[in-house]
Amino acid sequence: MSDREYAVVGTRPVRHDGADKVTGRALYGADFQAADLLHGCVLRSPHSHARILRIDTSKAMALPGVKAVVTAADFPQGPDRMVDLGDGDVPISYVRGNLLASGKVLYRGHAVAAVAAVNQHIAEEAAGLIEVEYQPLPCVLTAPEAMQEGAPLVHEDLKTKELGQPTDRAGNVAEHLRFAMGDIDAGFAAADVVVEREFRTATVHQGYIEPHAATALWNNDGRVLIWCSTQGAFIVRDVTACVLDIPVSRLKVTPMEIGGGFGGKITVYLEPVAALLSRKCGRPVKLVMTRKDVFEGTGPTPGSFIRVKIGARNDGRITAAQAYLAYEAGANPGSMVVPGAMCIFAAYDIANVAIDCYDVVVNKPSTQAYRAPGATNAAFAAETVVDEIAEKLALDPIEFRLRNAAKEGTRRADGPKYRRIGCVEVLETMKQHPHYNAPLAGPNRGRGVAVGFWFNIGFPSSCNISVNADGTVNLVEGSTDIGGSRTSIAMQAAEVLGIAAEDVNPSVGDTDSVGYTSMTGGSRTTFATGWAAWEAAQDVMRQMKERAAKLWGVDAAAVTAETGVFRSGENKLTFRELAARLVETGGPIVGRGAVNPKGAGGSFAGSIVDVEVDPETGKVSILRFTSVQDAGKAIHPSYVEGQMQGGSVQGIGWALNEEYFMSSDGAMLNSSFLDYRMPTALDLPMIDTAIVEVPNPGHPFGVRGVGEANIVPPPAAIANAIYRAAGVRMRRLPMNPPAIMEAIWDQRD
Amino acid sequence: MHNKVHVRTTINGEPREFLCEPRQSLLECLRDVLGLTGAKEGCNDGNCGACTVIMDDRIVASCLVLGVEAEGAAITTIEGISQGSRLHPIQRAFLENAALQCGICTPGFIVAAKALLDREPHPSEERIRTYLANNLCRCTGYDKIVRAVQQAAASEEVAR
Repeated sequence: MSDREYAVVGTRPVRHDGADKVTGRALYGADFQAADLLHGCVLRSPHSHARILRIDTSKAMALPGVKAVVTAADFPQGPDRMVDLGDGDVPISYVRGNLLASGKVLYRGHAVAAVAAVNQHIAEEAAGLIEVEYQPLPCVLTAPEAMQEGAPLVHEDLKTKELGQPTDRAGNVAEHLRFAMGDIDAGFAAADVVVEREFRTATVHQGYIEPHAATALWNNDGRVLIWCSTQGAFIVRDVTACVLDIPVSRLKVTPMEIGGGFGGKITVYLEPVAALLSRKCGRPVKLVMTRKDVFEGTGPTPGSFIRVKIGARNDGRITAAQAYLAYEAGANPGSMVVPGAMCIFAAYDIANVAIDCYDVVVNKPSTQAYRAPGATNAAFAAETVVDEIAEKLALDPIEFRLRNAAKEGTRRADGPKYRRIGCVEVLETMKQHPHYNAPLAGPNRGRGVAVGFWFNIGFPSSCNISVNADGTVNLVEGSTDIGGSRTSIAMQAAEVLGIAAEDVNPSVGDTDSVGYTSMTGGSRTTFATGWAAWEAAQDVMRQMKERAAKLWGVDAAAVTAETGVFRSGENKLTFRELAARLVETGGPIVGRGAVNPKGAGGSFAGSIVDVEVDPETGKVSILRFTSVQDAGKAIHPSYVEGQMQGGSVQGIGWALNEEYFMSSDGAMLNSSFLDYRMPTALDLPMIDTAIVEVPNPGHPFGVRGVGEANIVPPPAAIANAIYRAAGVRMRRLPMNPPAIMEAIWDQRD
Repeated sequence: MHNKVHVRTTINGEPREFLCEPRQSLLECLRDVLGLTGAKEGCNDGNCGACTVIMDDRIVASCLVLGVEAEGAAITTIEGISQGSRLHPIQRAFLENAALQCGICTPGFIVAAKALLDREPHPSEERIRTYLANNLCRCTGYDKIVRAVQQAAASEEVAR
């Protein structure tokens, strides 16, 4: 466990952007204003699958107040090619086609055209005047249906990639991958207990409270200026440049404050469309989604079909594990089934594993990342089967997991061997936690546990630090701040500089004023951009030592620095005193940090939950919830707890209520916050947290990203608790009252 | 349809006048006409609470109120919660408790919490959760928000 003492790291300062955010002054995507600003509206498909026969925009253009209308025909029409926009190669036609449909609409809510007008109401009226003639086509909505022979084809030209190789097979399976090690048959033959179960999970949405918003100005000098709410300003720049076929240098993206993302604001929806509208009319154009647009037109996370089979010996060792995962990618390939497959048995040391995963396109919105994407579905399946085996072996569920827990040196089925990880420590913390050891009395109540894993990624990050004459520093970094990351990044710089967190003034730069920085996602921000800040601070310190050496007439190597004091022999200057003498010693000091770190750790998380099931209505109440997670080193423990609490509650919503309720023809029937029921304050108890600190050897402070793994175990933990409360094993998400009642009735029959 | 209506109202203690179309919501008027963008639009159908303002001592979703209904009313928005340059105890408690992550729901929560504490200075946890159930937060899981309101309720300034 972490035992290093730090001055700043591990403390809980007030966040630097706090005052703006509690007074309403912070400006988010939709708050941007500009002279001559036009407002836009996107027309979306009423069909889940249809050919576009004709689009007539003339009536819309004729409406007074309308300044521009665009369709897919306004995109530069180059030949299709593969582009890497930060997440692997994708055909540019898919990227363009998801911005504005061309040829076919692939889901209800698919953008078809867009209007810019002098106000929002006129833009909406005009969108209604665009005539689109559709030829509806049969739709396909779930992975098992889409995989059947003769199913309607979402993309006629899609060919299955089989085990990494292209094939000529047309269908809705974009990719089939297999991870295997050991001898799966021998593994099951050696087992005393084998359990095999099937699971289904519904499509759910990230549910950020701020709808997507973007403003673009195609300036008279040919530069395109964008102000938007995004998880990655450089990704917006690169995608927009790519689909508009202009150099990245022609674009400047200024990230506004962002009102939640959870993976759903990495993808670009509005910016290139706003830019096209602006190019046509020469004025800035703002596009803001409605909540219905967000539900119907932006990435939910995939619904899935999963089969898991696990075998174990009577001594509590798992001998073999097998999984079949088919995830609904939505309209375009990329369902995150692969990371789901990589995570499904990631918490365990198992010799014999076989995992098959299928990425399947269906007529639903193109799915996007959602907090540990792919892993929550997988853990729901694996962790409930693990629970069932522990029960059959009459072992405590945490003890059973500990006997099989992954540790340093354990090989995962997808290849890598773990470096130092905290899976055992998370399980031990759960086992010893007062919650786990507290009695749970009363009828219809039960306790469940589960664990989950998610990766951290590295990717490039940049940071500049300039020293002010009063001993403070200004820090500019490239990661948009969704949850207090400005502060966790500033704290890492402060630690190196030996100054207070409050003496660092952090800001998020636009794409002109800071080096390339990948998205705020993949649990990478505090890890990688924190590392860039660490490097920039080291660079500042190196220069500061040179200045002190110059003043004292000594060699720079003879200058030491500790907790903000520079010394050499009898000489001594504080950071603040030296900062006041930069002009006389050579001029300003700017430190640079630009990194592409390897060595990202992974993070394990566990949930302990007590539920009560109402046997008359099927309603599940969460009585007590504890989230345990390995943070490596918690830079700002309050915001680490916040991530754990937020991820846990999203997991609770996913477990109990949330679901895209689809009609048979592919219409989402609950596209509002009234009917898409996310947890409210009244649905929940306090969410207890226990931060485990097993330092990541691949980071200067030992940081592991904590943004994601916490959402992985809750649905499984709740299912396991429901079993103990009501005697029913739930194998479908959400576990809402009708599903619980059905399971109870089935059991009585 | 597009003839504008002259509305006289009071916002954050100051008399304000504005012109609006009859179809514009109070939220639109605050944000687009008056430039008070602290109230946020999260759903435009009264289900998220990000646009919460106090109107004549009641909390309302300003997306469900027409701009013309503001005639003669007294409205408090997030911009009117702090006392000059001094943050309100609820705002301070939100900062000290890390009760916000992305911050988009924060203005609505603070306005609603103020309305609650103005009426009931010492609410129970259950009461806080019930009162704030109109406001959705997707980041925090509500734990630190409830604690912030409890801390603000315990502070002497609010008790007075």
